Amino acid sequence: MYAKEFEASLKAVEAARAENIAYEPRRMTAQEKEDLLAAYHPDYKKNEFTTLRIGPNKGEQVPHELAEMLEAHSRISASDVDLSAPKYDVDVLIIGGGGAGSSAAIEAHEAGANVMIVTKLRIGDANTMMAEGGIQAADKPNDSPAIHFLDAFGGGHFAAKRELLSKLVCDAPEAIQWLNELGVEFDKTADGTMVTTHGGGTSRKRMHAAKDYSGAEIMRTLRDEVLNRGIPVIDFTSAIELILDENGKAAGAVLMNMETKELMIAKAKTVIIATGGAGRMHYQGFPTSNHYGATADGLVLGYRVGAKLLYADTLQYHPTGAAYPQQIFGALVTEKVRSLGAKLVNRDGKVFMHPLETRDVSAASIIRECSDRDEGVDTGTGKAVWLDTPMIEAIGGEGTIEKRIPAMMRMFASYGIDIRKEPILVYPTLHYQNGGLDINVDGQTTNVENLYVAGEAVGGIHGRNRLMGNSLLDIIVFGRSAGKNAAAKAKEVTIGALTLDHIAKFDAERAAAGIETDAVSPKLLPNYTNQPSI
Amino acid sequence: MEKMVNIYLFGKQYQVPDNLTIMCAMEYAGYQLVRGCGCRNGFCGACATIYRIKGERELKTCLACQTKVEEGMYVATLPFFPLVKQVYDIESVKPTEQIMMQLYPEIYACVGCNACTKACTQSLDVMQYIAYAQRGEYDKCAEESFDCVMCGVCSSRCPAGISHPQVAMLARRLNGKYLAPKTEHLENRVKEIKDGTFNDLIEALMGKPVEELKELYNNREIEK
Repeated sequence: MYAKEFEASLKAVEAARAENIAYEPRRMTAQEKEDLLAAYHPDYKKNEFTTLRIGPNKGEQVPHELAEMLEAHSRISASDVDLSAPKYDVDVLIIGGGGAGSSAAIEAHEAGANVMIVTKLRIGDANTMMAEGGIQAADKPNDSPAIHFLDAFGGGHFAAKRELLSKLVCDAPEAIQWLNELGVEFDKTADGTMVTTHGGGTSRKRMHAAKDYSGAEIMRTLRDEVLNRGIPVIDFTSAIELILDENGKAAGAVLMNMETKELMIAKAKTVIIATGGAGRMHYQGFPTSNHYGATADGLVLGYRVGAKLLYADTLQYHPTGAAYPQQIFGALVTEKVRSLGAKLVNRDGKVFMHPLETRDVSAASIIRECSDRDEGVDTGTGKAVWLDTPMIEAIGGEGTIEKRIPAMMRMFASYGIDIRKEPILVYPTLHYQNGGLDINVDGQTTNVENLYVAGEAVGGIHGRNRLMGNSLLDIIVFGRSAGKNAAAKAKEVTIGALTLDHIAKFDAERAAAGIETDAVSPKLLPNYTNQPSI
Repeated sequence: MEKMVNIYLFGKQYQVPDNLTIMCAMEYAGYQLVRGCGCRNGFCGACATIYRIKGERELKTCLACQTKVEEGMYVATLPFFPLVKQVYDIESVKPTEQIMMQLYPEIYACVGCNACTKACTQSLDVMQYIAYAQRGEYDKCAEESFDCVMCGVCSSRCPAGISHPQVAMLARRLNGKYLAPKTEHLENRVKEIKDGTFNDLIEALMGKPVEELKELYNNREIEK
């Protein structure tokens, strides 16, 4: 049910629908993609980036908002806490209670380690919970890990660290099996064959799903397993500073109760950063599909103790964020909508691109349609294009939407839009942090010993763009791996005296660089108070 | 100028624009949320909310991030509800009726009032999925409860003290692990990888110069 001002455009979309369903748009050439990205992708807007003046990536470009956090003051000074009286003393400390942290916890526990999760909100308040479309794995006879590798490597602009990507694709089928044996439900046919679809940039149908609650189904199962195992989950508690030992190795974290602000020390033989993404940094003023706590905390924690970042200048803007109604502005409209046959259509009802180009290309193409080409629909708060969802019912038969993407149907139904009968308006939304902390294939940071990273806080697995379904995969593969390796490493670690000397050292570096700032980090939560809307 | 409405957050009156969700309205009023806010997108169940419109009898429930404010709305959030979650070993349980009797016997005390279904923020037939669980029909329970976000509102309204979301969670895991058909192609592929079937292929890719990989990528065949 759209307001009157959309009527003319809606009619054009409806009138062209039958023809648009039959129409097979060609894919762009490599050169066309390159030119499009350079002209329209937000990562290529030079004035939105700045050069880091201090820290391990000094001299490199990152978004302004991230630079402010990376160069900011700690929330504490060393004298605010007593390192000799840790409240928690564990083998493996996991910071973050999403899919990566939970997978790591389960595997560390399985390996016999004394493991603990701290999370600033609740376990499961994470981008994992919101991943809708699916998880990739090359497990069909016409597919192979090598084909999966090529799809992801090319989709990421040939920038991924090959050893990480190779692990991702080779461990993928086993990751699906592990989840399935934990009781995660997947869409299957009666004989057990996985129902798989394409994602943008895949050359085989290898997207496994649980309707459009894929991440939620995985996350709630992992959470249930963490609780079954009795792994301590310290919720509403953030890590605000890492602790090193006198030898410069990671040895714990300073924790803060999010409600009472009480500070506590957690001592650990190994630490896993699994803090997730950064959508709530709202880079370039974009809305986001991310959960409330996605504020790049792990990058800040790691950076301050000297861990290197990789590709921190590249973000993923999901091509189809909801653009209307305003209440769900920026919310994710899963790529699966396009996997199931819906095409992107402009104001005049014209299909302007192949619906399954990679995400960066699709986002740039939509931005072009809404800017220079002036073919966008005016939503009242900006421009958008149509995603013609009724095509799905026409192609897959009546009932396909309710069966395959019930969450999407529900989200729009709340605002009186029946996506089975009416198309929806979309525009890119800040979705994923391609870059992050630099790790080796064991999951340990390349330059701080005993500090591991897993999940969205890692950089380099996907290169400079990520394919749909490779993120749910990476949190499982690298989460499990980090848990196992951190547990094994903990067995041989003897912790030296704890210190927070790095805070003063970083302060001195900042002062020497002449940086004046009142900012403190990590950000922990965005501030939306007293704003008309977000 | 946008239209303003009066809402009552925990009884206190605020004027907020009428196009906001309850969650954004709380922030508009000045709340910095820590609890009761997770994904902001209808998936995590953190923002279970109970409200009553002034002058009306009916108590309504919703997710604060998915619901627009209305004039005269009295809002109480339910950021935590003490659900009972029983622990079990997924490897040793069996998908029989006994497991529910052991872990969640209170489901057999359901009085059929249907308050859970009326309260569900996802419009699920909660009482029906509990009935399936009672009968050990875990596949049906799993399907019926699939869209559950575990916000706990159903349990807050239940006179029998049932923790519906946890019952459904167990049913889904039993279904996913034991009852749903096994996937042969998955098992085969895992074995092939363990046997090193793809090692040469992968190693060849690992060693190729980028220009060659670009060529391969740009000319790869895409399944229809």
